[in-house]
Amino acid sequence: MPGPIQSIQRAAEVLKLLAHGGAHQLSVGEIARALDLAKPTVHGILRTLHEVGFVEQEVEGGKYRLGAALFQIGTSYLDGNELRAKALNWSDTLAMRAREAVRIGVMHGKHVLVVHHVFRPDNSRQTLDTGALLPWHATALGKALVAFGEWPDRDLRRFTRHTLSPEDLHTAMNEVRDRDWAYDLHELVEGEASIAAPIRDRRGVVVGAVGISGPVERLCESPDQPPRLELVSYVREAARSVSRELGGLSW
Amino acid sequence: MSYIAAIDQGTTSSRCIVFDQSGGIVSVAQREHRQIFPKPGWVEHDATEIWTNVQSVVRDALAQASLSHADIAAFGITNQRETTVVWDKATGEPVHNAIVWQDTRTDTLIKSLGHEDKFRERAGLPLATYFSGPKLRWLLDNVDGLRARAERGEVLFGTMDTWLIWNLTGRHVTDVTNASRTMLMNLETLDWDPEMVSAMDVPLSMLPEIRSSSEVYGTYEGVPVASALGDQQAALFGQTCFAPGEGKCTYGTGAFLLINTGDKPVHSRNGLLTTVGYKIGDEPAAYALEGAIAVTGALVQWFRDKVGLISSAAEIETLARTVDDNGGAYFVPAFSGLFAPYWRSDARGVIAGLTGYISRGHLARAVLEASAWQTREVVDAMNADSGVDLTTLRVDGGMTANNLLMQFLADVLDVPVVRPIVAETTCLGAAYAAGLAVGYWPSADALKANWHKAAEWEPSMEPAARARGYRKWKKAVERTVGWMDEDDD
Ligand SMILES: Nc1ncnc2c1ncn2[C@@H]1O[C@H](COP(=O)(O)OP(=O)(O)O)[C@@H](O)[C@H]1O
Ligand SMILES: [Mg+2]
Repeated sequence: MPGPIQSIQRAAEVLKLLAHGGAHQLSVGEIARALDLAKPTVHGILRTLHEVGFVEQEVEGGKYRLGAALFQIGTSYLDGNELRAKALNWSDTLAMRAREAVRIGVMHGKHVLVVHHVFRPDNSRQTLDTGALLPWHATALGKALVAFGEWPDRDLRRFTRHTLSPEDLHTAMNEVRDRDWAYDLHELVEGEASIAAPIRDRRGVVVGAVGISGPVERLCESPDQPPRLELVSYVREAARSVSRELGGLSW
Repeated sequence: MSYIAAIDQGTTSSRCIVFDQSGGIVSVAQREHRQIFPKPGWVEHDATEIWTNVQSVVRDALAQASLSHADIAAFGITNQRETTVVWDKATGEPVHNAIVWQDTRTDTLIKSLGHEDKFRERAGLPLATYFSGPKLRWLLDNVDGLRARAERGEVLFGTMDTWLIWNLTGRHVTDVTNASRTMLMNLETLDWDPEMVSAMDVPLSMLPEIRSSSEVYGTYEGVPVASALGDQQAALFGQTCFAPGEGKCTYGTGAFLLINTGDKPVHSRNGLLTTVGYKIGDEPAAYALEGAIAVTGALVQWFRDKVGLISSAAEIETLARTVDDNGGAYFVPAFSGLFAPYWRSDARGVIAGLTGYISRGHLARAVLEASAWQTREVVDAMNADSGVDLTTLRVDGGMTANNLLMQFLADVLDVPVVRPIVAETTCLGAAYAAGLAVGYWPSADALKANWHKAAEWEPSMEPAARARGYRKWKKAVERTVGWMDEDDD
């Protein structure tokens, strides 16, 4: 049997990227950047997808979005805006209990797209970063997503001396799958930590992750210890509540 | 540990939310009910279906958190306002579907009652189809034998708060905020006004007793039912707008900007309503000025249910983001005529600026932008009435999950838009009022500490673009008025 056909794999990547909720339509350049592919390659893929109606353009030479033909074959995907609406009450409650900022993320190409952000409830000046992209391998959100999905790539940039090596990351991801929650400790920013848990839809598929982030001294008992269990339980409870809202859990 | 359960009987759904002492949400249950449209401009709900839904959301919210009635310190009630129901006192059967606040069937009746400002001084309201009094009168005039039964004392009138409290506790009462929307209550005396009652020609005996918004009306399953507030007033209370000058705008089916004006009613010269904000037990009532917009989320719902381009309300944002602007299209959703600041019941909706260029993405943008431009108009009216300009807008409600809308709102108002950490402030306000009545919370001031900023959107639109957009919006609004003719029905 022949191996996987690369161009089909790539076409699938392009479609997944366009399908991700909350995103604008994307240009050839944006897709190429997100998937680390050459522009002519992406252009060729899009032209073919356009012919079969799986992508469309508002204007000739403009940006691409998913085409009508794709919706007709009817795979359901979770819209990021829908996820935010369904998660609103539970992300607020999480922020209140943990007294930390809350973010909800979904995978977008090789990155985590922030689809919702609740400020840390101390009335300090904070800026909404909905729409921002985060590296998956150095955030709790990303680990909680990737542990139950596909591993995006091996180009794992080191942000601090604590950013995990590919081997350590593999071990960590096994733990995430066992525990059903993830954390990062100094891995993106020295002195910062994050905790996240996966959100599941009614098929049990992980469609997002919800988590908190803040300084290590607030999230952990000590700078080299995993996060405080009380905070972990708040995060997991929020993830379960959002999953229930999506029809994903029966308890 | 004990909790407060708030019941929010809204226009599109009924919810029950259980809160803990910090104001955090413990559980939520929600059920939509049918929107019945018998004719253009008519909107009805089945009050029995609503009561059934309320019982089940209460049951579900308690079950979700593994709570029993013994864990609940009090129930609070908040409700869609003005929606009118009349029922048989003996059987509890409604005599007709509830007539919903958006319904325009009383249009000709309103015209026959006199000048728009006839009851402004006493009721704080313009004569309009929106309010309950005329809806009750319509039922008395149009349901066979109803007037005679009313005169014999066999039927009762209520807004949804009254309907629920009667079913929950057996008592026939309403609160001052709901009563202030009937056009039958005097704003100064906070009691039924004999002149308005006789002008509307409704029997006084079928009206409920008017009570404060925060007191124990009775019990349900042994739990005190301890608050009632119209949904918009509940949101004002939930946002802890206790001081004169503090206000909020809530985005649901419609949008409602309310500003606390303290212990005296203030009359508007710019098309705003004067209403009761809340009354806590024996304390003096707090009044409010209100900018009422009939259709905001309802337009999104229409786009979902009647046009079918989206399958959930939240998806409108995804569709709107497929384009960068509205392509020149403006959608004025005057489905129930225009409310504040125009009060034109002869208006109907338009989409202006249509060209072949307009795609569904542009329409989705126009749908969302309509909520923002309508808010701009009531904010302008509020600024003109108060003489001071709004510096930030506090928002709440389900539509605040829509980032595109919130950003656009900040852009067209040119002030920051701030969402508090509980978006469901309607329920929170009802919970607060009930909790205060039973001593679950010590004082209103203690509640202020629970208010936290959860998100903020900063204006970033070019002044010229804002001015051009507003000009186009106003031109589109001009095109809605005078649409209805004498022989339309
Ligand atoms: N993400 C969203 N974007 C736009 N509109 C929304 C969104 N979520 C909810 N809505 C609209 O908000 C309304 C429901 O809000 P809700 O506060 O429950 O209303 P009500 O209390 O009037 O019944 C519906 O009309 C729906 O179309
Ligand atoms: Mg509501």
